[in-house]
Amino acid sequence: MISIDDIKNKIKSGATVRSIIEDALAKIEAAKEFNAVISTLRDRALQRADEIDQRLKNNEDVGILAGIPFIAKDNFLAFGAKTTAASNMLKNFEAPYQATAIEKLEAAGAILVAKSNLDAFAHGGSTENSDFGATKNPHNPKCVPGGSSGGSAAAVALGLVPFALGTDTGGSIRQPASFCGVVGIKPTYGAVSRYGVIAMASSTDTIGPLASCVEDAALVFDVIAGRDERDSTTLKKPESFYPIIADRPKKIGIIKEYLNGGVQPEVAKSVMTQAEKLKAAGYAVEEVSLPSVSLGLAVYYIVVPAEISSNFQRYDGIKFGHSAEERGDLQELYGQSRDQGFNAENKRRILIGTYVLSSGYIDAYYRKAQTVRTKLINEFTDAFKKYDALIGPVAPTTAFRLGENVNDPLQMYLADIMTVSASLAGLPAFSVPAGKDQANMPIGLQIIGAQQSDAQLFSLAKQIEELNRG
Amino acid sequence: MLDKSVFDSYQPTIGIECHVQFKTKTKLFSGADNDERGKLPNQATSPLCFGLPGTLPILNKEAVRLAVRAGLALNANIGKISSFDRKHYFYPDLPKGYQITQLDRPIVLDGFVDVPVGESMVRVRINHAHLEEDAGKSTHPAGAEYSLVDLNRAGTPLLEIVSEADMHSSAEAKAYVQELYLLMKYADVTFGDLQYGNMRFDVNVSVAKKGADELGTRTEVKNLNSFRAVERAIEFEVKRQIELLETGKAVRQETRGWVEATQKTVPQRSKEEAMDYRYFPEPDVPPVVLSDEFIEEVRGSMPMLPSKLRAEIEARGIDQQTAETLILRDALTNSSYTKTVLAQEGNEAARFAANFIANRDISYCDGLEKDGKSVGELPSAKKFLAVFELRQKGELSSNNADALLFALRHRPEAEPRELAEELGFLQENDSSALEAIISKVLAEPFNQKAAEDIKSGQMKAIGFLVGQVMKASQGKANPSAVRDLIIKQIGV
Repeated sequence: MISIDDIKNKIKSGATVRSIIEDALAKIEAAKEFNAVISTLRDRALQRADEIDQRLKNNEDVGILAGIPFIAKDNFLAFGAKTTAASNMLKNFEAPYQATAIEKLEAAGAILVAKSNLDAFAHGGSTENSDFGATKNPHNPKCVPGGSSGGSAAAVALGLVPFALGTDTGGSIRQPASFCGVVGIKPTYGAVSRYGVIAMASSTDTIGPLASCVEDAALVFDVIAGRDERDSTTLKKPESFYPIIADRPKKIGIIKEYLNGGVQPEVAKSVMTQAEKLKAAGYAVEEVSLPSVSLGLAVYYIVVPAEISSNFQRYDGIKFGHSAEERGDLQELYGQSRDQGFNAENKRRILIGTYVLSSGYIDAYYRKAQTVRTKLINEFTDAFKKYDALIGPVAPTTAFRLGENVNDPLQMYLADIMTVSASLAGLPAFSVPAGKDQANMPIGLQIIGAQQSDAQLFSLAKQIEELNRG
Repeated sequence: MLDKSVFDSYQPTIGIECHVQFKTKTKLFSGADNDERGKLPNQATSPLCFGLPGTLPILNKEAVRLAVRAGLALNANIGKISSFDRKHYFYPDLPKGYQITQLDRPIVLDGFVDVPVGESMVRVRINHAHLEEDAGKSTHPAGAEYSLVDLNRAGTPLLEIVSEADMHSSAEAKAYVQELYLLMKYADVTFGDLQYGNMRFDVNVSVAKKGADELGTRTEVKNLNSFRAVERAIEFEVKRQIELLETGKAVRQETRGWVEATQKTVPQRSKEEAMDYRYFPEPDVPPVVLSDEFIEEVRGSMPMLPSKLRAEIEARGIDQQTAETLILRDALTNSSYTKTVLAQEGNEAARFAANFIANRDISYCDGLEKDGKSVGELPSAKKFLAVFELRQKGELSSNNADALLFALRHRPEAEPRELAEELGFLQENDSSALEAIISKVLAEPFNQKAAEDIKSGQMKAIGFLVGQVMKASQGKANPSAVRDLIIKQIGV
């Protein structure tokens, strides 16, 4: 893996930004077999590199991320390449405007070089649902990289770029970060603008970086976070997210419900090892019970498909996106376009969501789920009165084999069981590398904080990173 | 054909939903231009109007302010916390596949409108009014294999005002929609151009035998865009429903459309075919929280509304019909007639202004507009008063007072008296000059007969002589002064 500092040092010692970008593009080309990337933005990236080189020559201020190449998940709208969401529905979609996160990074001098693979429309936890083929795990190409930000996690793990952007609706940054052994940041809901990012479930969609180290993730997050007039749900940014270990949270709870029998023993053991290390470093660590988290998955797979069914009404073959050749009448145009443009998992979620919102069922499903969601939020709120942060596994297992769960959607959904609750409650939750299993596959530790405690969570993440280094 | 007494044995019950388009600069959730007049199809749009992925709705604060104004005009409570919901259906002119509306927590709650119907007042309660975005416009060219979609209107802020079923005749319903029109115009929330669909009405109609405990099955006639269409559609529905019931048939609960050409309603969708809109809370738009200070600030900025205006105008001794004419005219043409009338000192001056406006100025302006000419601008209240005073002093004839006010419309900088002089409108009041003219007229041989008649007490003939004097003075004499002087000279 490479860090932002590695690149900055190269530029300092005379390398041109053009050579940095060419190097990144060459690495992307060389790593093609992993299928982490859907498209590259060669011309646009090189043009920007030359601009920055020129400005460096003129001793102009070029921004805190000047010349740093990065990759964005292909559900971020950006100029210079198509924005496909890895779906046939949008395989020819050219964005007429850019995501706020991309614009902010570019304003800070970073250079978007490629768009990464994902489960189509971010529906999935393995990147196998991509209409552009599955991504392979850099640690073992027979395994999945996790998902849905699997392409972004793999790109960072492969050292193609120092950081990549992902989206996390129920675990889509944390779980691939865990599977690929990188740092993954799912911030507080509303911390980063969703403008220009293709929506999945509006009430839990978040945006964050995947990086090789905590400090880089914090640096990038500092750039992309903050209030945006174009997203009403965004929050005002605190002064800085730079990790300062002295500001770390001190009292930590291990979520008991996440360590039951269903968890791969090495994953459970890793959490306990991390807990011991933290104790040794002077933290108070104890088990805490949050009974409602075991209902999190059930709630998530009602609320999120409901919002998906709504957000996906716009893909109707009329104004943009795939439009069927068969056009008997309006209903046929709708039906054929959606049937051809969406894949099985997209349809599964749209159908579930339509069902749970339909009259006669909305009380039993959607409204009941919202009630449980409120209960879950209250349990977290109570827990954070006592603990500064909560820890647990990111996923029940390390990366599973490609194809292993493809025909078993329920098993696939179970991979999200430990990540969805923080999403439903809008909490910041990070995945920090915490060792490997016997097969040498990475294991991530999930750390969860109270709403808007992202800065303290970065400090804890940095602490864990240092404890694991030593 | 049923007997009138059969129709009279039924009571119609009517509730109305009214969609009011707000005249905000931008749309309800995007910065796109909200004024589509003079624009090409799809010109007044933004990526959000097309429902492009990645776009997010941002609530227009001005629309919230206008909703509060409308709510206050409806004597309603303003929801301190209101929120938005999504209503789903597929149609090409609804690009997101859902409409952002308010289902559970509307911004306007529990109001009423007192509606003048003839001599009496009918109170129509308002159940609530909610903010929502309009859809685009679809057209289906005859014979074409395609339809056209114009999204200029998509996202325009709408307030849907939902009444209780408090109306029991087409006349009451028509009066209610007219009163709503006036309220929304005076609250200054809409252009109120019905031709452009700025206000559209859905009417719910049922009939039941007078004295029955339960209401009949209702039908809804959608998308009426004139007061007259509201009246006619209700009349048609009431008659249709009574005829069904009287022939032993049932009224089907359904949505119907109004066909202007045939003046009939036609079925569109039955209850069984009703869509499931899958409403749920809009996650992209946080709830709207309004402070008491904000609501009071809006209240403080409200103009005088029709009910108060009526009372004020009638208190000046002006009849109800004239008052109604002024109030309606102001709403229709954004004029300031009522203000001008109420600004007059004294009731006589107010009546003078009101009568001039109702009887002369409105038709004068209509005439000019028909010919494509400028109507200029209404003279200020002060100038009205000046003209009134000239008239009082007898310096202006009634006709010349009107002519002077018309002239002032086109010469806004002119002083009334100076302009009257310039135009030769001032009357001759100088007795000696008039006496000379009268002497001359009386000396004319062919006027002798009239003078003799008057002498013998036949006063009818005096009109003829006054006319002769007026002619001799080239219209400048004050006729009533002339009359007095003639009598004096003849010595009756």
